[in-house]
Amino acid sequence: MTAPSTPSAAGWRDWLLTAEPRSRGQARLGRAYVTWRRFSENRLAVTGLLIILVLVLVAAFAAFLAPHSATVGDLAGARLKPPGTPGFLLGTDDLGRDILSRLIYGSRITLAVVALVAVIAAPVGLLIGTVAGFAGGYIDAALMRVTDIFLAFPKLILALAFVAALGPGIENAVIAIALTSWPPYARLARAETLGVRNSDYIAAVRLMGASPARIVVRHIMPMCLSSLIVRVTLDMAGIILTAAGLGFLGLGAQPPLPEWGAMIASGRRFILDQWWVATMPGIAILIVSLGFNLLGDGLRDALDPREAGR
Amino acid sequence: MSLSDARRSLAFRRARGVLADIGRFAVMLATTYLGLIAVTFFIGRVVPVDPVLAIVGDRAPMAVVERIREEMGFNLPLWQQFLIYLRQALTGDFGISVLTTHPVMEDIIRVFPATLELATVGTLIGAGLGVPLGVLAAVRRGSIADQVVRIVGLIGYSVPIFWLGLLSLLLFYAKLKWVAYPGRLDVAYEYTFTPITGLYLVDAAWTGQWDVLWDAFRHIILPGALLGYFSLAYISRMTRSFMLNELGQEYIVAARAKGLSERRIIWVHALRNAAVPLTTVVALSYAGLLEGSVLTETVFSWPGIGLYITNSLQNADMNAVLGGTIVIGTVFIAINLLSDLLYRMLDPRTHAK
Repeated sequence: MTAPSTPSAAGWRDWLLTAEPRSRGQARLGRAYVTWRRFSENRLAVTGLLIILVLVLVAAFAAFLAPHSATVGDLAGARLKPPGTPGFLLGTDDLGRDILSRLIYGSRITLAVVALVAVIAAPVGLLIGTVAGFAGGYIDAALMRVTDIFLAFPKLILALAFVAALGPGIENAVIAIALTSWPPYARLARAETLGVRNSDYIAAVRLMGASPARIVVRHIMPMCLSSLIVRVTLDMAGIILTAAGLGFLGLGAQPPLPEWGAMIASGRRFILDQWWVATMPGIAILIVSLGFNLLGDGLRDALDPREAGR
Repeated sequence: MSLSDARRSLAFRRARGVLADIGRFAVMLATTYLGLIAVTFFIGRVVPVDPVLAIVGDRAPMAVVERIREEMGFNLPLWQQFLIYLRQALTGDFGISVLTTHPVMEDIIRVFPATLELATVGTLIGAGLGVPLGVLAAVRRGSIADQVVRIVGLIGYSVPIFWLGLLSLLLFYAKLKWVAYPGRLDVAYEYTFTPITGLYLVDAAWTGQWDVLWDAFRHIILPGALLGYFSLAYISRMTRSFMLNELGQEYIVAARAKGLSERRIIWVHALRNAAVPLTTVVALSYAGLLEGSVLTETVFSWPGIGLYITNSLQNADMNAVLGGTIVIGTVFIAINLLSDLLYRMLDPRTHAK
């Protein structure tokens, strides 16, 4: 059967699910379709995906969505207003700033932290893990020793110590979290590499004269990607919590940045009478990290059916 | 070869295997610990532009800066500084805390029992509830109970613990008045009670001061429950996964065919096999709680090592921060390796080589 000339929905499905794909593109699309079907059956996973999509949209259109400024408040007329006050849906803080607007702008910081940590830590872990696994011998032993040393560190404490030395600030928080996040990725990539390094297709590429660098980059790294993506997604909740924790201790984002953890810290003083100042940002953190956890769980189940439901 | 000979040689092989393991672990421990000290050295001496200025401030006269630089050995080459630092760290000498003016090690010994007590209570709660919940979820896979355990666990993974701490204080202390205010003891007991081990629950029970015991309990229960929830999320999830693994094995089918009761199959046959990897999980979550208590201690004014580190951080007391980091790192490494060792000793399959 060739690709149908007048594609109906059923025709497309057959084309995607065929056992004998005519091209690489068709095979890849077919795989993606099967994965997506498995993923979309999982209601919790789709919920997680929706949460993350909403987060991205809110961060992108913060300027249009936020009713007020995130940093300048109405000190005279709107200090510590409870939720539901007209114009201030989630109330205001001690400087008369609208909490909803601060949460909306804060989503940009959260997203930026998560993305930056992932962009720094994942490639580092991937490179170290694949090189160690493929090279073997002394290189493997040395690289894994270093990985184990970092893995043996308590994450938050190490991040604290780094931020203490570098000075507080959102950039340093990102660096500190990235420095403590890469070892599990290296372990994972190494394990995947050991699984494929002796397979026939690697031997075939080697016979064709591919250099070790090319084998690692073009033929081993792609095999590690799916499990790495799952792991990174699952870790994102932890990254958000660590960043919020650093912010709460006053070591992450500095005022007047609307970082959610720092907002909780500033609301701590009024928790007895104005509970909403500290409560609202916490709910935001909970929802977003729950979203990442659900998404990561769903991705793992969809990409790795062996582990499904575990 | 007679049976007893075979048994003896097996025991011998096993003992030799354990010894080899211990040897390997000793090497791992040494290199990991060296790495820990190297990284803290890097953080304390190399990352700050000038560690002397970090101590005396940038308004000190030049002569003072130079004198302190020489006193502290910062004019030496970096590798010599590292050797000195290494020797000090190995002997437990982390210098003087600027904030408390005591040696850092003395401070840490004083505050560490508080953290230990809190983490222990947390682990007891987490394992005591997490294991049964995980077993329940695995046995009734796909049921409502399974879903509930899963959601409870997911929220535990996703909630910022300091925020949950604040809210629970608001509810249980300020509104309901069920628990005591932040701290370890009421002020009334603070000066009359002399701790022996530093674990207040143990000390109070040991000396028979039941009113103190009750007061200490009212202080520890809320932060302990929070940490317990945190570890429950992890433990129940892993228990479920291990149990599903065991329940799919053939020996379970054999046990069913023999006509054993379902209760016995689950709690005796399957759980005992799942218990081997579970010990590792519980140990790891214990180590995690020792670390994770930093934020909890801050919220609950719990005078443990976490609060000590954050207080020192806010006062730029680098000696105390690095000393605390090394001590927590040491405990963390030790628990990790011990749990690994325990796993090998409990699981006979790892001896077959």
